[in-house]
Amino acid sequence: MAYFDHAATTPMLPEAIEAMTRALSTTGNASSLHTSGRRARRLVEEAREDIADALGARPSEVIFTSGGTESDNLAVKGVYWSRRTSRRRRVVATSVEHHAVLDAVQWLVEHEGAEVTWLEPDGLGRIRPEALRDALDDDVALVTAMWANNEVGTINPVRELAALAAERAVPFHTDAVQAVGAVPVDFTDSGASALTLTGHKLGGPYGVGVLLLGRDVATTPVLHGGGQEREVRSGTLDVPSIVALAAAVRHAVSHQAETAAELAALRDELVASVRRVVPDVGVNGDPVHRLPGNAHLTFPGCEGDSLLMLLDAKGIECSTGSACTAGVAQPSHVLLAMGVDPVLARGSLRFSLGHTSTAADVRELAEVIGPVVERARTAGIAGLKRLAGKATAEV
Amino acid sequence: MRVLAAMSGGVDSAVAAARAVAAGHEVTGVHLALSAKPGTLRTGARGCCTIEDARDARRAADVLGIPFYVWDFAERFTEEVVDEFVAEYAAGRTPNPCLRCNEKIKFEALLDKAIALGFDAVATGHYARLATVDGVLELRRSADDGKDQSYVLASLTHEQLAHAMFPLGDSTKAQVRVEAAERGLQVADKPDSHDICFIPDGDTQAFLTRRLGEQPGVLVDDETGAVLGRHVGVHEFTVGQRKGLGIDAPAPDGRPRYVLSLEPVTGTVRVGAAEKLQVTEITARRPVTRITFDGPVECVAQVRAHGGLAPAVAEVVDGELLVRLREPLSGVAPGQAVAVYREDAAAGDLVLASATISSTR
Repeated sequence: MAYFDHAATTPMLPEAIEAMTRALSTTGNASSLHTSGRRARRLVEEAREDIADALGARPSEVIFTSGGTESDNLAVKGVYWSRRTSRRRRVVATSVEHHAVLDAVQWLVEHEGAEVTWLEPDGLGRIRPEALRDALDDDVALVTAMWANNEVGTINPVRELAALAAERAVPFHTDAVQAVGAVPVDFTDSGASALTLTGHKLGGPYGVGVLLLGRDVATTPVLHGGGQEREVRSGTLDVPSIVALAAAVRHAVSHQAETAAELAALRDELVASVRRVVPDVGVNGDPVHRLPGNAHLTFPGCEGDSLLMLLDAKGIECSTGSACTAGVAQPSHVLLAMGVDPVLARGSLRFSLGHTSTAADVRELAEVIGPVVERARTAGIAGLKRLAGKATAEV
Repeated sequence: MRVLAAMSGGVDSAVAAARAVAAGHEVTGVHLALSAKPGTLRTGARGCCTIEDARDARRAADVLGIPFYVWDFAERFTEEVVDEFVAEYAAGRTPNPCLRCNEKIKFEALLDKAIALGFDAVATGHYARLATVDGVLELRRSADDGKDQSYVLASLTHEQLAHAMFPLGDSTKAQVRVEAAERGLQVADKPDSHDICFIPDGDTQAFLTRRLGEQPGVLVDDETGAVLGRHVGVHEFTVGQRKGLGIDAPAPDGRPRYVLSLEPVTGTVRVGAAEKLQVTEITARRPVTRITFDGPVECVAQVRAHGGLAPAVAEVVDGELLVRLREPLSGVAPGQAVAVYREDAAAGDLVLASATISSTR
């Protein structure tokens, strides 16, 4: 079996499992005032300091959340609500964001009187700073642009984008879910006002994440309650998950350079070995500014769901990008925004590598991809055959 | 065999898949996404297009331990079934979208893709019996008379049926529900779907009016030619319909009036007495025959999905199926299929042919 879906979720690191297991057998609400509570609080604060240290942030800027979706929603809605005035209600967002940002922005438009300017990427999936410069004005409440794209793996010029927003004193949020641990991420140096990360993409547990949030960034809470986390995010702190998240962040960030080098080499070998048997395979995203573990490939004449099923049957697990709630593989909104033909977009697969990936995984894929693509092509053509025939008959 | 089980999220297709697994086949479950905008949980599980149905199908596949995928056939379904359904009504005919879906989606689009991907057969939860006897593929009525679906499968070609599996053919619905519960399938007591899946509120006329707009016309007394009322489109009517005609004045003889025929070009709906609905001869186009018709064949004809049975003599004349009924039937609507069977109480009536009704007398 070869697992090529680390961008969806990656196995927990042994350090994180160990830390979590240990914490699971202790009791204590980090808000309690007695000894057990103080012990739990200490674990949380140590975790907070570790995460801040690893990511170039101050401990007070670390807000624990339930994960990427919550962090994105808190940043987008919370900052918008805080900054909204009658003349300042525009959100500038890229059109290739994860749905946690896209749909939060869209919701503000539909329910909270927001206006939106979508920044379109270039053909490589990158947001040009000029596009942001043109979009900025005094009526902008928030800019949000992802650090690295979860589908095609393209890395944005976050520092430049953040600097442009800063010139106008507009808060800048970046969804760095795919970036932390994969590329160097330094919150202070990036100039971002808010940054999303999540545990299960970097070797930590599911259901826990962080919003790094600058001290001076006014943010209206989404969750109200006990006033935890600077009164921005109420809710009893999940001590075992937080401890494990910190262990994972520490490990992922301290090993980032070597892991990235290994994964990039493995990824390049993956692309090369697929291309040897499928010469017309297309490679999407930015060849230079890209995540080390991401290979996003287009197989002309194939349907993604056929490829996925055939590969799954051979023990190769990858992704078609995104699926709707019912589970239908959708042509990626990212590829469409990049100007990829919808039919080609439907024949695209994401292979994402991570800390457990091996050269043997890549060889396993290389051995089966030829016949799989050939078969999927036959099926792709079968799907269109009769309609094509019908159209001809009617002409 | 490598079998692709089409799983709607209902109890029948779940048990059909389970039986294919039990029979030793290598089974993969597929749910067909047929709606471009799948319904939400709130719209309920009335059709085959809701998120809840996809989830139920996935859960059933989990329980069976088989791989499961959702495949998008929304575009094909819209073109080949929904648009066709609307066009048929606009032309004054009464289509059967389930039959069309079997012909064009389940046993064409899906089957073609399945074969190309290396599968040998497509299994569905239809109630019909399929067996090869002395080298001949026979399609027969289900063991459950009330659930029999051979009528909506009778127009499949030999090639299509050669790659079909109906594992429920020998069972009754009650048996299937019991078996589902025994197998731990949560859908065991899920209600049956009745309505047309792409019209979840069940209001076909409102759906057609939305699609076709208003095309006003008149209701005319078939005998006197008198205009009895006005309507917003012939698509509001089906031959044999009695209710909802919108005629205020009762008939002079006090007897109920029925829709006798639809003339889409002039927008005329002819109404009249029940006996004028009686049909004794049916001409049907595009016959799919399962035996060689050398001459007239004694049979039982079925003219709609439920009921509408009469002894008859069927014959292929000039490429059309001519069915002479020995007992008249009423409400025989052009656009519906006529299926003809050879009676067989023991093994199930055998499908001889099916064709689309073009005219009646």
